Parts: sequence; structure tokens; C-alpha cells
Amino acid sequence: MSEATLEGEKIHLWRGERHVLRGVTFRVTGGECLQLTGPNGSGKTSLLRTVCGLSYPEAGAIHWRGKDVRRDLPAFHAEMAYLGHEPPLKMELTARENLAYWIGVRRRMTRAEVDQTLERVGGERWSDRPVHTLSAGQKRRVALAGLLLMNVPLWLLDEPTTNLDVDGQRLVGTLLEEHLAGGGLAVTAVHHALLMSERGLRPLELGFA
Amino acid sequence: MPEVGAWSAPLPAAAPERAGAPSALGVARLMLERDLRLAFRKASQLIQPLAFFVIVTTLFPLAVTPSLAELRRIAPGVVWAAALLSSLLALEFLFRDDAQDGTLEQFALSGRALTGLLVAKTAAHWLLTGLPLALMAPVAGAALGVPEAAMPGILASVALGTVTLSLIGAVGAALTMGLRRSGALLSLLTLPLVIPVLIFGARATQLAIKGESYSAPLMLLAALAVLATTLAPLAATAAVRINLE
Repeated sequence: MSEATLEGEKIHLWRGERHVLRGVTFRVTGGECLQLTGPNGSGKTSLLRTVCGLSYPEAGAIHWRGKDVRRDLPAFHAEMAYLGHEPPLKMELTARENLAYWIGVRRRMTRAEVDQTLERVGGERWSDRPVHTLSAGQKRRVALAGLLLMNVPLWLLDEPTTNLDVDGQRLVGTLLEEHLAGGGLAVTAVHHALLMSERGLRPLELGFA
Repeated sequence: MPEVGAWSAPLPAAAPERAGAPSALGVARLMLERDLRLAFRKASQLIQPLAFFVIVTTLFPLAVTPSLAELRRIAPGVVWAAALLSSLLALEFLFRDDAQDGTLEQFALSGRALTGLLVAKTAAHWLLTGLPLALMAPVAGAALGVPEAAMPGILASVALGTVTLSLIGAVGAALTMGLRRSGALLSLLTLPLVIPVLIFGARATQLAIKGESYSAPLMLLAALAVLATTLAPLAATAAVRINLE
């Protein structure tokens, strides 16, 4: 398999009358994290959704491992994880059940693996409670557990630290550092600086051209 | 700027089996289990269509006439119109909840064939609405003076007909899943398409009540179900993808 690289090539995206992304170009390889910054409405979320294939750009291309992702979206999706603004959880199910279905369609997991990951995000005490009884920060931690369990090289994170306390923000930083150290890639949209080392961080500022 | 067509995605191929990934059947089972579990945690949504069906069919003897001979004549129409409307009632929630909380998006990004996941969801929907309706229809029929000998015919026709209703309904639900108040539009989209089900279903029921052979309309219902099974999942997948953008 060729080296893990993610490239965006002159991506143009229109939202109705608005030209949101104007020729965005970037390149990330293993061990690097692309940090998208810019004011509200500058297209951070749009870029992330375009990269993961939910939005169709008017022009430009996204390459994963040197190949256009549109050629084989399922293969690309199997290697990436996207976390949006809201944790993608069913309120009626427990944290553990949520993970069993959300991640279960991707890969088989052992009970020990799920336990370990829930412990990692600090959820061992509330993992069997229905998600609607959890706080916003706890829901975000469940989403982080899902991210870890997917076990994929590419992370696309939209505001991963929203609703998290300082401990949680540090946790996100540590998880990202470990992910990069293991040769993983990440693209994150951030408002606040992430609590992590600067190594491997590559800023990309989006603005209104 | 290259033309937009250059971006139109090729038909998504079924995801190749990967090491550690559950089989396609395993994924479908997981999805089915999930939807059934969710439905039983929200029992009111489950009971509402069935209660509607029972109420409508029992109102007719009160409103029209207590004469069983008279009721027997209108029973097919009453049972089928009520079944059609109550199955529409449940459709609104088929994809909308999952679209709103972002879980559907995650399934679309899971690298697994979305069509398979949607078929599993639709199957769960039929188990939760179509099957209970089919089991309840003979009971409602009994209240309308339908002879016992006609019960298997009613059960079979409603069971088969609701398969088509769920599948065609899934396309409508996928098209309207982004709208907050989708009920009226969903009915408008779906009702014209399911009229053949109503016609053949009511005909099968009518023949069953008369004690004649109802196999011809039943076979047509089966043909409609096969047609819907073939085409509806593809249309629903395309509609879901558009709405996720």
C-alpha cells in the first residue's frame, strides 16, 4: 500500500450563491496534523465535509494515497473517521450500545477493547447509562471513544474540544499526539488552540477572499 | 473550471470484505437489531400506528351500521384504507431521527454499502409496523363481520402489501428526511405510488370474504413487492446521499 498522504487540489465549493472554498490546496502526510483556522463561516466545516465525501466540490480533487478518493469512496471511508459538531449518538441507547452499532458495522471489537477505550476517555462509570442522561462533555467523550475504536489512519475532526473541560481538552491533545506519533494523519477545524505539542502541526488559514 | 459532471460519483461498489470487518449479513443483522432495540425504547412511536388502525376500523360499525352483512361489504375498503394510512403515519420517523442526530451520516461514511444498511432499516420498519398490522387486520376484520375462513387471506394480503408500502415509503422518507414537518409532503409523494397495492389488496380481501380464490390479486401483490424490493433501495440510497450533503 502506498504511503498515507492526503492531498487537496484547488478545491472550489459553492453553497448557493456563496463561493465558500476558493481553490484550497493542502498536503498532509503521516505524522502531520492540518489545523484549519479562520473566522466563523470561512468554510472549515465545509472543507472537512468535502474531504470526507459528503459534499461535492464544483472543482478540484482530493487524493488519498495518491488516488482520487471518488474512484473508491468505500475504501477511503474505511480508512477515515469524521467527527462533526455533534456527537453522532442515539440518546435512547447507552454509550456501550452506541459504540457497538456505530463502530460495529466497521469492525469487530472485543469487549476488553471497548472497556479499555471507555476507560481511556474516562467513561468507565457511566458507560451503561442512556446517553440522554449524560452531559455534553460526556457525550463528546463517547464520540472520542468511537474515534479510537475505528482504528483508522485519517482523522477528520470538527471542533473536537467543544464542551470538554480542561482535562478533556488535554485528553484530545494527547490522543492526537499519540495518533500522529503512530504515523496517523489528522485534519482538525479549531477555534481554540489545541492543548498539544506543536510538532507536526501545520496551520491552514481559511478566510474570505 | 471543469464541468460538474466530472464529480458525479460512480455507482458505489459493494465494499470489499476487510480483515476484522463483519460480513455484509452481519452488518444488516446489527442494523436490524439496533432499530428494533431503539423502537422498543420509544414504545409510543411503535404503538401509535397500530392504535390508529384499530380505532379507524372500529369506528365504522358505530358510524355506518351495526348490520354485519352491510359491514362485510365495505370491510375490504375499510381495512385497506386504514392500513395504508397507518403505515404512512410511521414512515416519517424511518430515517429522520437518524439524519438529525448524525448517526445516518456515520453509517454513510462507514465504508459499508449504504444500500444494505437502508434495506436492513426498512426491514426493521416492516417488522415493527407492517407485521403488527397484518396480525391485527383479521381481528379488525372480525369486528366488521368478516367470516373466519377469510382470515388467512386478509393476513397474507396485508402482510404482502405492507412490504411494498414500507419499501416505497422508504424512498419518500429518504427524500423528505431533511424537512422538519415532512408528514404532508411524504403522504403526497407516497400515496399515488401505492394505489396499486390498495387496489389489489382490497380485491384479494374482497374475494377472500366471498370465499372465492384470491390467488390472482395476491400474486400481483407479490409481484409489486418484488418490483419494489428491486428498485426502491437504489432510489432510497440516492435520496439519502443527496440529503446528507
